[in-house]
Amino acid sequence: MRWIETRAALLFISPWLIGFMIFTAWPVINSAYLSLTDYDVINDPNFIGFDNYVTLFEDPKVGLALRNTFIFMIMSVPTQLVVSLGLALLLNSATRATGFFRTAFFLPKMTPPVAVGILLLMLFNGQNGLINSFLGVFGIEGPAWTTDPDWVKPGLVLMSLWTVGSSVVIILAALRGVPQELYDSALVDGAGWWRRTLRITVPMISPTLFFLFIVDSINALQSFTEAYTAFFGSGNTTYSNDAALFYAIYLFQQAFEFLHMGYASALAWLLFIVIMAITAVQILVTRRFVHYEGGQP
Amino acid sequence: MRRRIRLILTWTALSAFAAAFIYPFVWLISASFKPRSEVFDHRILPETFTFDNYIKVWQEAPMALWMFNTLLVTVLAAVAVTITSAMVAWGFAYFRFPGRGFLFGVVLATMMLPGAVTMVPVFLIWNSLGMVGTLTPLWAQNLFGSAFYIFMLRQFFLGLPREPFEAAKIDGANNWKIFTRIALPLCKPAVVVTLLFEFQVAWTDLLRPLIYLRDSSTFTVPRGLKALLDQFGFGGEWHWEIVMTASVIATVPMIIVFFLGQKHFVKGIATTGSKG
Repeated sequence: MRWIETRAALLFISPWLIGFMIFTAWPVINSAYLSLTDYDVINDPNFIGFDNYVTLFEDPKVGLALRNTFIFMIMSVPTQLVVSLGLALLLNSATRATGFFRTAFFLPKMTPPVAVGILLLMLFNGQNGLINSFLGVFGIEGPAWTTDPDWVKPGLVLMSLWTVGSSVVIILAALRGVPQELYDSALVDGAGWWRRTLRITVPMISPTLFFLFIVDSINALQSFTEAYTAFFGSGNTTYSNDAALFYAIYLFQQAFEFLHMGYASALAWLLFIVIMAITAVQILVTRRFVHYEGGQP
Repeated sequence: MRRRIRLILTWTALSAFAAAFIYPFVWLISASFKPRSEVFDHRILPETFTFDNYIKVWQEAPMALWMFNTLLVTVLAAVAVTITSAMVAWGFAYFRFPGRGFLFGVVLATMMLPGAVTMVPVFLIWNSLGMVGTLTPLWAQNLFGSAFYIFMLRQFFLGLPREPFEAAKIDGANNWKIFTRIALPLCKPAVVVTLLFEFQVAWTDLLRPLIYLRDSSTFTVPRGLKALLDQFGFGGEWHWEIVMTASVIATVPMIIVFFLGQKHFVKGIATTGSKG
């Protein structure tokens, strides 16, 4: 009887089991091996020990890409969180047409990231882009967002705010789950809106904010499409912008433009370690600010 | 009175932000109907209204073919991943077997693995099968389920009462029948969410088409859009109106999909946060 159930279960999970072995387990092993080789797809892999990892630390582009990626993460993740929390709070306190506003905030998330990259180039164009024209109304001369190395990343961060829609939806769902009694008793105590938000709302939804913080950070460390679309391209170097060279972009270039498969594998393992380390630190540091109803899960 | 003022303020703020979020769409769509010289005039309504850009995009790029390729990949990817993920999720949710906890832990662990680690070896697999340059690598991996959807669907299955399944079993239904006739229909909302999510992922992906597609005739819409940008945006020709019009064409199907499945989309995303 037990064996029959096990056999049935194995049949049901077999697609994943097979897929896991072919497309995860084997690639992970192979990637670890390839990272110790020099491999260009055409000739056989040539074992070179830890040379690729030594090269990593000497490659100035790796340092640049890591720095760019960190800066982007540090700028974009908190801004996205604050903006999506703000929008969700506004939505939560509105009484009518919340469906319409929620749709408005979510819709940009449906735009293909390539199109977001293109929109970035248009909207943030230094000479005749919409953003600078808007700033011009107030007499502010906007920077050259898409060409000035100092302003490329802020532009990418601002553009990323356009697609916070899913975070807004997630936070809004959490806000709806905060029990009304908590607010009622706070109102009796005469607590104002700010106080209620900071003392009740934020602690009550802190597990959700924590989840978004971690997930957004992991995503930011791997961000690729928008920056690649706007600042890199096939065979054109005139418009590539070093300030937008994110780690994932450099890895992609090494693997599929220069066919340095071994080096790219080493780059991938460094990324893996960096993501793990950053996530672990974030969890350790922020965990004590997270409030779980009914204790730690 | 104070309450009133607060409501009005909330509404004003919401409207301002909503306008800011919607405006880029309006701007883009409007620009796609403007002649080249007026593209950057930032008027909401085009001064000179023209369909020329759409005709030009259709002439300059095999747009219909790209659409067809994307639709093919997207439908295959979404259907494949939904069926297999549901199967696997059901296997983990309904049956008790030795090693279940461990294997499910492995499913969760694969979600933590950055795609970059497997990107190169997986490319080498498709390369050795001679499939680089075809559309197959863009969707065939979905035949083996996907960890995120397996997790989501399993949660849903676990929430179902067990009685109908036990009753069906006593009536002599086999496991496959129980799964397809009872379990799947009961979790229709989660199945729809999976289909919609994967539809969006597959339709908008750029990385995989960049890695696997070589010839323009095999491009998906996002890959083609990038090619148009490189040619008409950066390529020294500065025909931004073509790039913008193609962006509109690439985005509109997603907007339609969103409005068709809005309820499911919003619900699905709201639950991903709470399950975290």
